[in-house]
Amino acid sequence: MEYMLLIYSDPDGFDKLSPSQQAEGMAAYGAYHQALQKAGVLRNSNRLRPAQSATTVRLQSGKTQVLDGPYAETREQLGGYFLIDVPDLDAALSWAARCPGAAHGTVEVRPIWAM
Amino acid sequence: MTAAIAIVSPGADAAAQAAEAAARRSYSKLIAFLAARTRDVAGAEDALSEALAVALTEWPEQGVPHTPDAWLLTVARRKLIDAMRRRRLDEGAAAHLQWLAELQADDDTEPAWPDRRLGLLFACAHPGIDRDLHAPLMLQVVLGFDAATIASAFLIAPATMAQRLVRAKAKIRQAGIGFEVPQGDALRERLGTVLDAIYAAYAEGWSDPAGADARRRNLADEAIWLGRLVASLLPDEGEALGLLSLMLHAHARRDARRDAAGDYVPLSEQDPARWDAPLVDEAEALLHRANRCDGAPGRYQLEAAVQSAHAMRRRTGVIDWLSIERLYDALCELTASPVAALNRAVALAETQGPAAGLATLDALASDARLAQYQPYWAARAELLARGGAADAAQQAYAQAIGLEREPAVRRYLQQRAAALAAQSAVAVPKVT
Repeated sequence: MEYMLLIYSDPDGFDKLSPSQQAEGMAAYGAYHQALQKAGVLRNSNRLRPAQSATTVRLQSGKTQVLDGPYAETREQLGGYFLIDVPDLDAALSWAARCPGAAHGTVEVRPIWAM
Repeated sequence: MTAAIAIVSPGADAAAQAAEAAARRSYSKLIAFLAARTRDVAGAEDALSEALAVALTEWPEQGVPHTPDAWLLTVARRKLIDAMRRRRLDEGAAAHLQWLAELQADDDTEPAWPDRRLGLLFACAHPGIDRDLHAPLMLQVVLGFDAATIASAFLIAPATMAQRLVRAKAKIRQAGIGFEVPQGDALRERLGTVLDAIYAAYAEGWSDPAGADARRRNLADEAIWLGRLVASLLPDEGEALGLLSLMLHAHARRDARRDAAGDYVPLSEQDPARWDAPLVDEAEALLHRANRCDGAPGRYQLEAAVQSAHAMRRRTGVIDWLSIERLYDALCELTASPVAALNRAVALAETQGPAAGLATLDALASDARLAQYQPYWAARAELLARGGAADAAQQAYAQAIGLEREPAVRRYLQQRAAALAAQSAVAVPKVT
């Protein structure tokens, strides 16, 4: 089954780290990525540019509305994702717990609903 | 409630704490006693949790009764009878109602009902119940943990855990799983699963060394409490004593696993002065007692002996790797566990050099159970680095880092990898 691991975290937290801590953090994600690949469960993964770079679009009363900023102005923002293919939720949770995002933020695990 | 005697409370908080402590001491005994007869664990839990709720509001104000067990039983019994009457009565229920009605709960004397807690533990770890559920079931039924807390500890979705626990309890009732403590050889055999479940609970609690999650740290304490219970109820079973010794050894080092900055400190580099000396002493005494019991030493006695060998460093200043290697030899023979084989390889690297350790690790490489086991990759990385294979060591470090859950351990592995990279850069100067 495919699951999306969505990483929510406070982007300010990363900015406050020292350069060496930031490098360590990035390396931890690199190692996690590699471990997922080696286990043969990784489908896809990406980082997202900071939430300030977001633009939202919706149609309201027949008019298209374009707004600067993310859908929800919360402290913790979606920062990236891992799409994995594992046998069940238990396995997905065990990978989510290893994600560095579980330590500096929150990892939301959502099953993919295939179209 | 006539039994409730007025105690001049030193403060509302102290009274509430005393009430909770007394209630919790009674909980497992009462669940075991009520469920042993009806086999309806869920029903007993419901009745008792209602009784506890009453106790926790009344006791802090009126004082903890002389005999908290009797007080709680009286209330729980009434709730249980009410609940049974609401349900359709079958033949079994009628008999249970009769039993409940005749049950004398004397408020003024310590009740003389049998302690069925050991039987309850055996029911929770019954072979008819999925092995992975033994520990969660014990935590809920015997200790009263809620499903969400157990789910977090075992990395399972809370709704899934709740559902699995409900099903397991239904199985106990419907399949008629007994609360009898097995005798003779069967006791030894079934005791293993009880001890495994307690150790699984301990291991989950232990894996949160920073204590950031108070509920999980609590889990390790609760597992030790269960271990003490089993060791006190089966004082002549070497494995029960061995498990308690093992857990106490590990627990004695819980603070030494992190330095002042919160960084991970591996066992061989810990300062023995930071180990909890009285706990180590108690663990050693238990192991001596275990060794005097009948029968060949089992898994937990051997593992406790390994911990004891590490603990000797507080006196001798050195680690007796030869003894540790021999103990892991015996463990491998006994359990065929890949983790024991991994630890044996680490000990071999100390007694015979990294090449010998690495050769043993290579033989384990095809074991799928180790492919995603962080300590395997960390051990591999260390031995490769010591043997001078820097590139392969870096690969193994990356794998270990990617598999680790604990940020402090991840940082430690990253620092080891960085130190190795710096060393290799010095050894082979780059030509620019």
